Amino acid sequence: MPLPRVLSLARGQSMLRTRLAPATRQSWAARGIATHATELKRTALYDFHVENKAKMVPFAGYSMPLAYGDVGQVSTEKTATAFLEWLTPSSLSALEPYSSTLSVLLNERGGIIDDTIITKHAEDAFYVVTNAGRRDRDLSWFKEKLDEWNTSDQSSAGKVEHEILDSWGLLALQGPEAAAYLQGLTSFDLSELTFGKSAFVPIEGINLHVARGGYTGEDGFEISIPPAYTVRVAKLLSKPPVQLTGLGARDSLRLEAGMCLYGEDLDEDTTPVEGALSWVIGKDRREKADFIGAEGVLKHLKDGPPRRRVGLIVEGAPARHGAKILAPSTSDVIGHVTSGIPSPTLGKNIAMGYVQNGWHKKGTEVAVEVRGKARPALLTPMPFIKPRYWRG
Amino acid sequence: MRRHPLAFAQARTIVTKRYTDDHEAVSFDDQTKIGTVMITDYAQKSLGDVVFVELPSEGAVVEKGDVIGAVESVKAASDIYSPVTGTVIAINSELDGSPSLLNKSPEDKGWLCKIEVKDPAEVEVLMTQEEYKAHCES
Repeated sequence: MPLPRVLSLARGQSMLRTRLAPATRQSWAARGIATHATELKRTALYDFHVENKAKMVPFAGYSMPLAYGDVGQVSTEKTATAFLEWLTPSSLSALEPYSSTLSVLLNERGGIIDDTIITKHAEDAFYVVTNAGRRDRDLSWFKEKLDEWNTSDQSSAGKVEHEILDSWGLLALQGPEAAAYLQGLTSFDLSELTFGKSAFVPIEGINLHVARGGYTGEDGFEISIPPAYTVRVAKLLSKPPVQLTGLGARDSLRLEAGMCLYGEDLDEDTTPVEGALSWVIGKDRREKADFIGAEGVLKHLKDGPPRRRVGLIVEGAPARHGAKILAPSTSDVIGHVTSGIPSPTLGKNIAMGYVQNGWHKKGTEVAVEVRGKARPALLTPMPFIKPRYWRG
Repeated sequence: MRRHPLAFAQARTIVTKRYTDDHEAVSFDDQTKIGTVMITDYAQKSLGDVVFVELPSEGAVVEKGDVIGAVESVKAASDIYSPVTGTVIAINSELDGSPSLLNKSPEDKGWLCKIEVKDPAEVEVLMTQEEYKAHCES
């Protein structure tokens, strides 16, 4: 019997985009950001970035111009599904092969250890992308829970293996012209690859794992690349009209798309219900309540959470992480902003944050304190900009 | 030859420009005792595209080192510190509608505010252009 495996790859993710990035989105704030490049880890694409005149900044311990993530791959006998359904509240057994879902790793209290994209290749094989910034926590959590699982009766149908694939590259090609550009490099019909689907796509004679989606709210692809090909594929994917973009552009786009950034908008003291991510909890999973952290999560679902993640449009000054959200015309603090920027696309100050349950309804008028002054703000549905995913 | 008092005053008007650690500059007219506060070209390049500028109120009495406003780019907010003690007598209201003036003309059209300086000696102790240049390169 072949040994079942769970693979988890720590790998880089960078963004290459078409047209989408106007110059304003590539701006970098140098003030307040230390650039100790020499003390930071470098990815396989470091030289590539520098050759392309990227402004390198420290991010999650790496010197990077771009977003990097950890990617995991899971493959096992049938218990792989059961194992991941223990670690997450997602209905993975119902997921079609080569489909993916946003999910969360939960601690015993139901707090979010990390958010993750899980792609099912088969009942016994999953591919998992997590955040580079949570690498140590995620990997030790996987190891701990895997040991527990494999020494329990749960693994009688086959032990689960977790394999970390270091040094793999993950490049994100994003934007309205991404599909046309990538189609020029492959015979695979990309129109069949709809949002949330994955496939092995031949590019330059290499079969690459390509997932349709990304962290921008735009159509696009995330392309996994074995270590030996990372730079070659990066060069292939970065020819005009593709522009290399950095963390600044990524952060603007994900916030406009209403997506969370772990560490800013989500943490271990936040349940998916508070984080407005109840939709990742499968209906069947609620009934069975057999995932780690179920008790805390289900209590929040039943009784309502103490606070909820909301979107805001703030007048005047942009609100940043940590800004107080106040009840209008009072100094009562009802929550805090967790991410905020002046949206380059909307020309308005957008933000997300948490407010006390009851204050969370769309259209509620609140105030946000920036530099000691209360600024009017309006609770606004997210995403702030309608996503343009390819749904076929 | 008898000197005309006014001519004398005009002749000795000296505008000095001094710089701070925080990449601001103050252009000080020793006759009017008015200092014009701005961010440096180096600062605007580091910030990237400025999208919002918050300025103090006219008439505000400020101490050297007080936060008197902020410059916001997409990615970050940077506080503006008063380089001197005094009274704000004018703000550049053009910046309300055109924050990009800070990128285009940081040390001229993109000036932030004018402060009536209480003690001109405070200006003297700030960095000269040469010192500031060295500060940026260090």
